[in-house]
Amino acid sequence: MDWSILKSSVEGLQNRGSDLQKRIRGLRRRLMLLLAVVGPGLITSNVDNDAGGISTYTQAGAQYGYALLWSLIPMTIALYVTEEMCARMGVITGKGLSDLIREEFGFRPTFFVMITGFFVDLANVVAEFAGVAAAMQIFHVSKYVAVPLAAILVWILVIRGTYRQVEVIFLFACVLYLSYVFSAVLAKPDWLIAAKHTVLPNLKMESGYLVMLTGLVGTTIAPWQFFYLQAGFVEKKVGPRQYPQAKADVLIGSISCMVIVFFIIVCCAATLWVSGHREINDAGLAAQALIPLAGKGAGILFAFGLLNASMFAASILPLSTAHVICEGLGFEAGLDHKFREAPIFYWLYTLLIVVGAGVVLLPNAPLWKILIFSQVGNGIWLPVVVIFILLLVNRRDLMGEYVNTTTFNVVAWVTAIAMIVLTLVLAYTALFQQAPPTS
Amino acid sequence: MELYATELMGSKAYDASGNYVGKVREFFIEPAEAPNRVSHFLLSRGHFQPLVAKYNQVAAVSAGKVELSVSERALELYQPNESLLAVQKDLLDQQIIDTRGRKVVRVNDLDLAEQRMNGNVELRLTQVDVGLPGAVRRLLQGMVPPKVIRKLQSRLPQSAIRWEFVNLIEPDPLRRVKLRITHEKLEDLHPADLADIMEDLSATERQSIIASLDEETAAAVLGELDARLTTQIVEELDPEKAADIIEEMAPDAAADLLADLPKETSEELLHEMPGQEADEVRELLEFDPATAGGMMNSDFVYVSEDSTRGEVLEWLGKQELNLDQLDTIVLLDSKAQYSGAVPVARLLLAPQEERAAALKMDPVLSLGPDADDKEVFELFDKYNLRMLTVVDKQNRPIGAITVDDVVSRLVK
Repeated sequence: MDWSILKSSVEGLQNRGSDLQKRIRGLRRRLMLLLAVVGPGLITSNVDNDAGGISTYTQAGAQYGYALLWSLIPMTIALYVTEEMCARMGVITGKGLSDLIREEFGFRPTFFVMITGFFVDLANVVAEFAGVAAAMQIFHVSKYVAVPLAAILVWILVIRGTYRQVEVIFLFACVLYLSYVFSAVLAKPDWLIAAKHTVLPNLKMESGYLVMLTGLVGTTIAPWQFFYLQAGFVEKKVGPRQYPQAKADVLIGSISCMVIVFFIIVCCAATLWVSGHREINDAGLAAQALIPLAGKGAGILFAFGLLNASMFAASILPLSTAHVICEGLGFEAGLDHKFREAPIFYWLYTLLIVVGAGVVLLPNAPLWKILIFSQVGNGIWLPVVVIFILLLVNRRDLMGEYVNTTTFNVVAWVTAIAMIVLTLVLAYTALFQQAPPTS
Repeated sequence: MELYATELMGSKAYDASGNYVGKVREFFIEPAEAPNRVSHFLLSRGHFQPLVAKYNQVAAVSAGKVELSVSERALELYQPNESLLAVQKDLLDQQIIDTRGRKVVRVNDLDLAEQRMNGNVELRLTQVDVGLPGAVRRLLQGMVPPKVIRKLQSRLPQSAIRWEFVNLIEPDPLRRVKLRITHEKLEDLHPADLADIMEDLSATERQSIIASLDEETAAAVLGELDARLTTQIVEELDPEKAADIIEEMAPDAAADLLADLPKETSEELLHEMPGQEADEVRELLEFDPATAGGMMNSDFVYVSEDSTRGEVLEWLGKQELNLDQLDTIVLLDSKAQYSGAVPVARLLLAPQEERAAALKMDPVLSLGPDADDKEVFELFDKYNLRMLTVVDKQNRPIGAITVDDVVSRLVK
C-alpha cells in the first residue's frame, strides 16, 4: 500500500479543515460585529407587540378575518422609516432623543414632553399588567398572585442586572414571540388566502373597518419606543462606523415585528372569525376561545405569548420612561449606574411599576378605560414626538452628511402625517364612543 | 446682589435718558479678556437689527430691568463673533464637566454676582446651577412673579458648581482655541475618573477630548476605557497621533488594544511606532489573550542574582521605571536563565551587602507562555502572588504577569 498517497490526502483534508475553520472564523467575526450592535432595534420593534397591541390584532383577525393583512406591508415601511431616523440620530450624535430635545429646544418644551410622557407611559404600564392578569387567567392563577409576582420579577430583573444581561433576556423574550407562529400553525389556517390578502390591498369604506385599521397602526407605532430605541444605541455606544449594522438591526426588528402580527391575525382569522366568534375584543378571551376550536395547545401558546409580551413591555416601558425623564431633566440615568449614583432614575422606575401593578389590583379597576386612555394618550403624544424627530434629524449642524435625504423626508413626512391623522381618528372614536371601538 | 441668567434673559433695557432700547435676548462672556465677566448684552428690537451693550455701558441690573449708562446711539450693531461664549446657546441646557465632582452634568441656570466698577455695574459668573432650583426657575420664569420663585427655590436642595471647576465641552478645535478652553483641569483627574466621564459623552466629544490631552494622559485613559470604546476612538484618530498614544501605553495594554483593531489598522499603527516598541508589541500580539503570554507584560525589571542589595537599589535609581508597577524584580543566573524573583520590600529591608539570590521568594515559580489563564489564576491564588514570571522553553524570562493583569482578566 502506498502510504504517501494516504498521507497527502490526510494533509489535504487537514488543509481543507483549517480553510473551513478560517472561513468559519471570518463568518463568526462578521456575526459578532452584527451582534455587538443588534439589540435596540429588535427589542423595540418586538415590544410594540405588547398587551394592547395583541388585543387589537386579535380583534382585527376575529372581526375581519384575513381582510386586514395587506396593511402589514405599508406598516412595516412606516415603522422602519420612523425608527431608522432615531437609530441614525443616536448613532451619529451619540445622544439620546430627550438629550437632543433639551439641548436644541430648551427646558420648557422638554419638561412638557417629559410630563406628558410620564402619564401616557404610566397608563401603558397599567395596560401591560392587565395583560399579565388576563394571560394568567388561562392558567387559573389569580391576578392577586400573578400581578405582584410579575412586578417583583420585572423590578429585580432590571435593578439587579447589568445592561448586557438584561439585553440578553430581552432578546430571548423576542424569540418567545414565536409561540404565536406555532399557535397559528395549530389553528390550520388557509395559507393561500392569507398570502393573497397580504399582497393585495383590500380597502373597505366602512367605518368599523377603518377604525380597526387605525387601531392597528396606532398600537404598532408607539411614541415612547423612539426614546427607547435611540437610548439603546447610545447606551451601547454604537458609533457612525457601525451605522450599517444599526440600520440592519432596525430593519430586522421592523420585519420580525410584523411577521408576528401576521401570525396573530392569521391565527384568530382561522379560528375565531371562521367559527363566528367575531365579538371577541380581548386577547385573554381569545386564548380561552381558541381551546375548543384549535386545541388546548394553541390556546395555551396564545396565552403564553400574551404573558411574554406583557412582561416584556412591562420591563421595558418603565425603564424607558425613567431613562427619558432623567436624561431630559439632567439627572443621572441608565442601568450602568448603581442605585446610589442614579437614585431618581431608580425611584421613578420603581414608582411606575408599583403604581402600574397596583392599579390592576384595585378590585373595581376601570381597566378598559385605562386601556383606552393609554391608546388615546399615545395618539396625542405621537405627532409631537415625530415632529421633534423630523426637526432634529434635518439639522445639518447635528447630523452632518447624515441628514435626511429628500426622498427619505417625503416618505417620513407622509408617514408622520398619515400616522397623525389615523391616531387622531382613533383618539376621537375612543373618546366619543362609549363602547369598545369595534364591538 | 445675586442674579440668575434666567432672570436676566428677556429683561428690558433702557438707555441713560430712560428710553426703552430692547430686550436682552442673549449675553456673552469673552474668555480671552476675563474668564467670568459678562462682556456683551444682545438687545433685540423686533424687526431692527439687534444692538450690543458692552459691560462698561451698563449702570444697573436687576431682575427684569437693565439700565445703560450711555444713550442708545452709543451702542453698536450686533455682529456674530466666534470668540464670545454665548450663555443661552453654548451653556444653558448643555452638558459640562464638573472637574471637582468628576462627572458630566447638565446646566439648568447660571448664578451671576454684581460688581461695581468705575461707576458701572459688571456681572460676574459665579456658579453653574445643575440642580432643582435652576430647573424650577427655568420652568416658572415669566409665569410666576420672581419673588415667589425665589421663595420657592430657597426651600429646595442646592446643587451648583463653582465656575472655576467647570470644564466646557467644545468639539470644534478652532472654537476651543478662541474660547480659551483647555483641558488642563482634566489632565489632573485620575485616568479612571476621566474614563468614566468620557463614557458619558458623545463620540465626537470623546474624540475631541482625547485629541487635546497630552499623550501620556490619553494613553492612561485609553487603558481604563471599555475595549469597544477604545477601538472606536483609536480608529477615528489620526494614525500618527494614535501611534504616539499607543507608544505611551504598557506593551500588554497596547497589544490588547491592537488585537481588537482590524489587521490593516493595527499594522499601520505598528509601522508608525518606533521599531523597538513595535517589536515588543508584535511579539505580545502573537499570544492568545487567554494564556499567560497574552496576559504578560514584556516590560519587566531583571537583575543578576549575584548582585547585592546596594547594587540593585543604586541601579534601580538610575533607571526610568514605572514606579506604580515596580513591585517584584526578576533574578537571572549566570546563564541568563530564570532563577527566581525578589519583592522590592524584601530588598529594602535587607542588609546592604546581602546577595539578591538569598532574598528570592520560595518556591521559585514560573509558567510557559502557552499556559492558560486558569493556571495563572490558581498560582496567584495559592501563593498570594503579586507577580509571576513567564519563561520560554530555555527557561529565559520573557515577561511578567502582575496582579492587575489578573484582576482585569477576571473582570472580563
